[in-house]
Amino acid sequence: MTYLAKPPLHHPSLERNAVGFTRRDYEGRISTLCAGCGHDSISAAIIQACFEIDLEPHRLAKFSGIGCSSKTPDYFVSPAHGFNAVHGRMPSVLTGANIAAKDLIYLGVSGDGDSASIGLGQFCHAVRRGVNMTYICENNGVYGLTKGQFSATSDKGSKAKKGAENKDSAIDLVMLALQLGATYVGRSFSGDKSQLVPLIKGALSHKGTSFIDVISPCVAFNNHVGSTKSFDYVREHNEAVNRMDVISPRAPIRADYKPGELKEVVQHDGSILRLRKLEDDYDSTDRNAALGYLARKAAEGEIVTGLLYVDPDASDLHDGLNTVACQLNKLTDQELIPPLSALEKINASLR
Amino acid sequence: MTKPIAATNDFVVKFANVNGSGSASANGMFAKVILRMGVPVGARNIFPSNIQGLPTWYEVRVSEAGWLGRRGGVDLMVAMNPQTWDADLKEIMPGGYLLYDSSKPLPASKFRDDINVIGAPLTELIATEFSIPRERQLFKNICYVGVLAQLLGLEADTVKQLLTEEFKGKDKLIEPNFRAFELGRAYAEANIPPIGLRIKRSDKVGDRIFAEGNDAAALGAVYGGATFCAWYPITPSTSLAESFQKYCTMLRKDADGKNRFAIVQAEDEIASIGMVMGAGWAGSRAFTCTSGPGISLMNEFVGFSYYAEIPAVIFDVQRGGPSTGMPTRTQQSDLLLAAYASHGDTKHPMLFPANPTEAFEMGAQAFDLSDFFQTTVFVMLELDIGMQEWLTEPFKWDEKRRLNRGKVLTYEHLEQGVPFGRYRDVDGDAVPYRTYPGTHPTKGSYFTRGSSHDKDARYSEKGEDYTEGMARLLRKWETMKSHVPAPIIKKAKKRAPDGVIYMGSTDPAMEEALCAMESHGIHLDALRVRAFPFNNEVFDFIRDHEQVFVVEQNRDGQLKSLLVNEGGVHPARLVSVLHYDGTPITARFIIKDITEKLQAGQAAALPEKAK
Repeated sequence: MTYLAKPPLHHPSLERNAVGFTRRDYEGRISTLCAGCGHDSISAAIIQACFEIDLEPHRLAKFSGIGCSSKTPDYFVSPAHGFNAVHGRMPSVLTGANIAAKDLIYLGVSGDGDSASIGLGQFCHAVRRGVNMTYICENNGVYGLTKGQFSATSDKGSKAKKGAENKDSAIDLVMLALQLGATYVGRSFSGDKSQLVPLIKGALSHKGTSFIDVISPCVAFNNHVGSTKSFDYVREHNEAVNRMDVISPRAPIRADYKPGELKEVVQHDGSILRLRKLEDDYDSTDRNAALGYLARKAAEGEIVTGLLYVDPDASDLHDGLNTVACQLNKLTDQELIPPLSALEKINASLR
Repeated sequence: MTKPIAATNDFVVKFANVNGSGSASANGMFAKVILRMGVPVGARNIFPSNIQGLPTWYEVRVSEAGWLGRRGGVDLMVAMNPQTWDADLKEIMPGGYLLYDSSKPLPASKFRDDINVIGAPLTELIATEFSIPRERQLFKNICYVGVLAQLLGLEADTVKQLLTEEFKGKDKLIEPNFRAFELGRAYAEANIPPIGLRIKRSDKVGDRIFAEGNDAAALGAVYGGATFCAWYPITPSTSLAESFQKYCTMLRKDADGKNRFAIVQAEDEIASIGMVMGAGWAGSRAFTCTSGPGISLMNEFVGFSYYAEIPAVIFDVQRGGPSTGMPTRTQQSDLLLAAYASHGDTKHPMLFPANPTEAFEMGAQAFDLSDFFQTTVFVMLELDIGMQEWLTEPFKWDEKRRLNRGKVLTYEHLEQGVPFGRYRDVDGDAVPYRTYPGTHPTKGSYFTRGSSHDKDARYSEKGEDYTEGMARLLRKWETMKSHVPAPIIKKAKKRAPDGVIYMGSTDPAMEEALCAMESHGIHLDALRVRAFPFNNEVFDFIRDHEQVFVVEQNRDGQLKSLLVNEGGVHPARLVSVLHYDGTPITARFIIKDITEKLQAGQAAALPEKAK
């Protein structure tokens, strides 16, 4: 339905959030992706999450690389500035923008080709640096825009639409992110909005590098029998370790769960991640345990979803760089240009 | 026996050392003492791509007349490296001098009979005073400076003053340095008769400073308001990032010790330029510094910057190419690479500093230009400028100068209803307005992309949207011509039918060559190009001369190619003078090449006249 323009007027009875915006204020242009594409569900989840955490839409900065997933930042939160970078290089661009203007909320959207193949290096190094961002990989295991080649996250043995079998081992970005020091790591499924929206909300509220791998079946090229990224396969093998609610610092505390069932994690900004365990032996604050659990389950062919790891007291790139409180892009001439006397002193030292 | 060379304040001393032996600071000291005595020097390190054990040289041209380019030939060789002994000896001019460590006897066959051999038992002298092997190695260097001081007439007090300044803070090193210096000086006084080379105090240095181009460019970036450097180590640009760190630490800390700057050593050159793009897009002045191989890697982003119109500054400290090439040798061979970097129709402004003073000025100016024109600006340094200390005019800054951020709409503009379309040509100069992210809750947002877009930054595959944008970028290029630094033109004393065009580090050699040619009746008007796109004066100059020599330090005549390509100049009117062996160009080379070409041209023209 890409030829229909969205009406710009909102219904007056639409619900407004604490900063005065309706859900429709977080929408973008109409998607040009295929009907039924998982990526559109993720865009809808991003819209919902931004609305629910009361983020003023212009305080978001959206980044992407190249590919189907990377088109999506045009389809959500239009009042935010967006940057569609070159293929595989979104992490560096986002890093630079974050260094210049740290008070914005950074969201990078990428795909499995953009993140795990051409951009694997930049993905790794952005995570290592602890860039304060939410990095979402819309993972469908296939190159959609170029019509169906395997990507680096395709599982070994997975079948292409025309029957070819993938012989290469898959890169698991969640495992990588955990190893490289990401401080908020989740995995979800584009078909499970009730799981995905809170994960994104928690990530956007998190200080440090948040990574969410979202399995997002490609209806055109990777949704057939024999694919391990199809709707049916993911539904059958999805093993959620927890369900989460994100409670904003302002919300009243409710207690409607039995003691012991809940784990509450208070993040840097005061938001509370309320985790309801589905797996008894899973602890989302233990990085090494998470790595072991994920490796065991992957060997069994299970796709583990939920909030897999969080360090609520993480530091970020700016802490390491020891930058001033003021955004670098707001420093005045007076703060930037040293006095003439300093130059004269330097001249004198060079004689 | 050839007559010993006799010269005062006009000769070349070359030091042959092993790298990693600590000779650099002693050799630098030697040059600085002469400067402090008011005599100009041109000094150059010639060093290998290696940390320890390979040959390295330091060449000091002493020139009362102020010629700072490399001269060629050596009058006094300080030969401290047995590996290069034979080649080093060959370089000495007949009648020149050799200073060597005579602690171990050498057979007569190892010497030449047309030079003056001066032996000083440096190793033995040092062994009498120092016992730790590393100390012996280091102090041997300052010991030969002592010998030279005596031979050439350097003022011992000036040496000691410099040593005191050099080791301020490490005071316990001052006394042993004095001792080593005195060992050499006293030995020479007692044992070596005076030689024909002398340094005599003069007043030709003035208030000039002795500075490196990379250091100067980094300081320029600080004064130019750069807040972010993303870089990846590569010779010969590394010291630029290090100097930026040094000057920011000195000048850009707030009262609480927090940084008004950020420096990230990226994982590679692609990430470096990507980060610069992100920061430039978000309204911070950002740069990277690299060399040719890095520019090759950055190409895709440079094209992105051109098309999506994002400010960025790249300092390209050029070295010998292609491929890994000669990392520690100098060239001007990245011009075509930078000018047209990336696929599709692109072109990018370049600045060509000719010395560290201009590296400072253009290092600052590049940020105003890139912010105003919203595109990548290349500052084309060269190893010969970047990594060598030059005697150069002091750095100047006008305290009234403000940073020109270009056309940026603020919250207040948007609130007042100023219309915004990211790629609209509002002012007729083809330079559009932009907004920083997060400026206004409902107005001024846009989507930046490298895919084709219309004037409101919307995705568009319509031919007319695409050509409108591409044509505007060309018009922006035209606007740029009157904003980039103008060329410097030097008219010959007599009417000159021919001209010469050159750039960058060729400047001192060219000044010397012009002066020498003039004394031989060869008159050339000269134009030093300082920027690309070329200002109109450049093409006027070519039009006003019968033929124009284009002097450059690369094999393919890249500056000539750009002149032909951008100005529609007939290639036959431009005659290339090319020096590309990785050493800095000399006046002698320029004079010889131009003279031969002029004579060949006259010879060729003769039959015409005979008709």
